Amino acid sequence: MEQLQLQIQVNGEAREYIGVHTVAQLLAHLGHDAVPCAVEVNQQLVPKAKHSQHQLHGGDRVELVTLVGGG
Amino acid sequence: MSDTTPPTSVAPESGHQQPSQPKSRGANACLENIQTQNFSVPPLRVGSFLLQSRLVVGTGKYKDVDQMRQALQASGADVITVAVRRERLFDKDGRSLLDALPLDQLTILPNTAGCFNAADAVRVARLGRELLQQLGNPGQRWVKLEVLGDKTTLLPDPIGTIEACAELVKDGFEVLCYSSDDPITAVRLRDAGASSVMPAGSPIGSGRGIANREAIMILIDLLKNPAHGGRADYPVIVDAGVGTPSDVTLAMELGADGVLLNTGIAHAVDPVPMAHAMRLALEAGYFGCKSGRIARKLLGTASSPWSGTFTHIPGE
Repeated sequence: MEQLQLQIQVNGEAREYIGVHTVAQLLAHLGHDAVPCAVEVNQQLVPKAKHSQHQLHGGDRVELVTLVGGG
Repeated sequence: MSDTTPPTSVAPESGHQQPSQPKSRGANACLENIQTQNFSVPPLRVGSFLLQSRLVVGTGKYKDVDQMRQALQASGADVITVAVRRERLFDKDGRSLLDALPLDQLTILPNTAGCFNAADAVRVARLGRELLQQLGNPGQRWVKLEVLGDKTTLLPDPIGTIEACAELVKDGFEVLCYSSDDPITAVRLRDAGASSVMPAGSPIGSGRGIANREAIMILIDLLKNPAHGGRADYPVIVDAGVGTPSDVTLAMELGADGVLLNTGIAHAVDPVPMAHAMRLALEAGYFGCKSGRIARKLLGTASSPWSGTFTHIPGE
């Protein structure tokens, strides 16, 4: 059974993905591969250069963040 | 709108020019001097950055992005602050901040607003740097560090701020530290490697201006007066609490190098002209400080000469 279901938390919401193994695949799945987006997995920054190598595992807590108005 | 006024931002070649003293007291000479003097406010160096405008403005709380863009333009600021927040992944709508701003003309200063401990602030600073690296913005080298004590006062936690500052400096950041107006905390932050200390005039968003001017004066003295262990070019930027243009002017008159504000513009009834007013106020305060104010006296000193008076003077 290769088609594993990945259960992770993305921005605080529990989600299930099929065919998503890496950070880069998650971003593509969410339509965020072309916009500036910083990624943390389990509170550790994953730089953009490592998005395609970084493997996601069940239970990972992923934060996808951007810049918003602030003071 | 401020279309009719010259920009505050100045070309580097004219930026460092200081107003010179009039050489003659003749009326014509003075007039000529006024007409030809260049009263541009020089840029401010903070770490490796050169701020063309000493007014740094936030991008929060605006009614919409068009209003924000117009206000930023009217403020003359070339450095803007932003926050790092979760992407709205599952309810996408509206234009993002990044689409609305001319990012190639602005240096972004990412903050760590909303952090209540050093570890979280370090995480957020790294995420902000990652985003600015992706954008290719020079702001990737610095951060506005905020470690808050609680959600009610939004006052900074001095211990957490010092701890996070040291950690971020070690990680290669140029750290601009939001602080209270306590002079000793400011010295500790400077010693922890802060590129600038940014004392609050009063709590964030309170609009109360500079609540304790003596504290700000002592803080500026300790950080900038060589006789007291300071360095004249160490940048002190008053951040937070600014409600009116006169607050900006006062901060500059007290010897601050710049002012950072957000709510005072964004929540004004009409933010765009208020942004213009803040810019003028900063110029007024800058030159007011450089020119050296008169000493305070308890009693009156006549501006018109006593000699030649020919009318009755009581007691003489």
